[in-house]
Amino acid sequence: MSNGRSDYRAQLRNVTDHMVTALAVLATLIVVAPLIAIFGYLVYKGANSLNLAFFTQIPKPVGESGGGMANAILGSAILLGVASAIGIPIGIGAGIYLAEFGRGTKLANSIRFTADVLNGVPSIVMGLAAYSLIVVPKIPFLPFTGHFSAMSGGVALGFMMIPTVCRTSEEMLLMVPNAIREAALGLGVPNWRSVLSISVKTASPGIITGCMLAFARVAGETAPLIFTALGNQFWSASLNQPIAALPLQIYVYALSPYDDWHRLAWGGSLVLIILIVLAVSLVRFVTSRGVLKGNS
Amino acid sequence: MSQVQLQPGPNEPGSQLPIQLSATAESAQRRFLLSRGNSATADRFFSWLMLLCGVSIFVIVALIAFELVVRSQLTWHKFGLGFFYRSFTDPNTHLTTYWDPVNQLFSARPFVYGTMVSSMLALLIAVPLAIGLAVFLTEMCPRVLRSPLAFLTELLAAIPSVIYGLWAVFVLVPLLREHVNPLLVNLLGWTGLFTNDNPTGLGYVAAGTILAIMILPIISSLTREVMIAVPHSQREAVLALGATRWEMIRMGVLRNARIGIVGAVILGLGRALGETMAVAMVIGATPEIHKSLLSNGSSMATVIANEYAEAVGDMHLSALTEIGLALFIVTIIVNFFAQLLIWGVTRGTPAQAR
Repeated sequence: MSNGRSDYRAQLRNVTDHMVTALAVLATLIVVAPLIAIFGYLVYKGANSLNLAFFTQIPKPVGESGGGMANAILGSAILLGVASAIGIPIGIGAGIYLAEFGRGTKLANSIRFTADVLNGVPSIVMGLAAYSLIVVPKIPFLPFTGHFSAMSGGVALGFMMIPTVCRTSEEMLLMVPNAIREAALGLGVPNWRSVLSISVKTASPGIITGCMLAFARVAGETAPLIFTALGNQFWSASLNQPIAALPLQIYVYALSPYDDWHRLAWGGSLVLIILIVLAVSLVRFVTSRGVLKGNS
Repeated sequence: MSQVQLQPGPNEPGSQLPIQLSATAESAQRRFLLSRGNSATADRFFSWLMLLCGVSIFVIVALIAFELVVRSQLTWHKFGLGFFYRSFTDPNTHLTTYWDPVNQLFSARPFVYGTMVSSMLALLIAVPLAIGLAVFLTEMCPRVLRSPLAFLTELLAAIPSVIYGLWAVFVLVPLLREHVNPLLVNLLGWTGLFTNDNPTGLGYVAAGTILAIMILPIISSLTREVMIAVPHSQREAVLALGATRWEMIRMGVLRNARIGIVGAVILGLGRALGETMAVAMVIGATPEIHKSLLSNGSSMATVIANEYAEAVGDMHLSALTEIGLALFIVTIIVNFFAQLLIWGVTRGTPAQAR
């Protein structure tokens, strides 16, 4: 600091430091801005279009005002039910295998890798696969095959849930202390019982978290449904028929030229986002307390 | 255990009946223990069941690959590898075409181009912002703000693609059309990349922008993870030498985390490549190649979404499936490399520790 040159350098370094800080703050603001813009606009537009009819009526024909998305809400619920029935048991089972039986084996490592691959498969490709597997071939004794059906959409979504559920279940099970397992086995509890009632039970908040995350992720998926569930303008609760789904309906209505349909699309988006934000917040709430704190 | 064969099956209800009078006390005891304690069958069954669940993941991925390969045979045999880069001359108008379902001419070139251009634009916008956000969150942010901001970016990742698309159609595209695109034409028109011939506002720039918003959270949260994994001693050492905070971040943190950051960026690229709905709603959906980034285009994922349900003829279906197969393979490769790079850095440190 004694001569002018080093003074100048120190100043330069300080200025650079402040500039970088400013840039980082600016980047943060730019990232947060669209988020607030999206949420604000969604709430503003969506709240105007939500009313009782939205939840109780099916879409009116073009030209008539009013109507709702009740059939799409029911359809989404059915699709997500099918998806959960497929994705959650298989996912948890695979997680249990990875954490309890296959630790460190080659097979477990390759299953883990395959799960990551499955996680990275674009959702549209998953839709293609479900289409080729279920919609195209007519399999005997399976009434939902051979045509567009709710079941095919549910299967596509279910497959997408598996990797998330599997990897979170595994991570959570790995955090269960070995001493607890040993204690159970030492008391003469059969291994299967110890896995289910001791390991899985201890890890259950985390496992439920994983399931909710997977659920929230597939709840908004549209791409795999376009050519499996196809969409439906009317009430349908059959697994063998095309079925309406909230995200699919939003997509179709957003690209339509009718103001009334735009309104419904915004309302549907608000419902969907509330569902997802609730799930994510709940997940955060669960993981921020309890035995398994600090991991999600 | 040699007595097992003599006993009734250990898991049958009969083995739990009261002890027979003729048996000695010792064998009755043993029999009782065996009936309660031996669960070899149940254990084996359970572990096989779990293994089955695990292996079913293999089966699913194999089925996906198999179906995609089988159903794209038609175009593969007709066009070969040229499917991805060749162009055709329209028999009637003698103009260059790439995608003409009516005349059974299929080339994925405009879609490969569209996917590459929109993803690159997305990375160009998202990477500096994501790194800036990660630096702010890990090194500069007051503790009070850290967790809400992290939560907000987490929410950004949870918004469904179709809602981004909806927002983009009604807010982003008009904004680009009215304000940003004319500015780009004025400022950068001389490069030839921005020409004012598309009044809709849809196109590569719109797609790239919405993709950038969508892949930001994943890049930023992974970058944060690798930056957190850099040991504190590195930061302290640089600070102890008299570095300013930025010099500490640059030399102590970013330099050590750079491989992981590259991994995060590649993972973001993987997301961008496969993203469908939001892009489908704003890219314009025309199977053409334009030099101008403001013109309409199409991408690999969006052409499948737009045309598959109403495809005409086997060749059209096969062409779309082959695009899907290409997407599948590319995302696997991209994700594999990304995971490899990230594992290399974060290995041995617990996730999200600080």
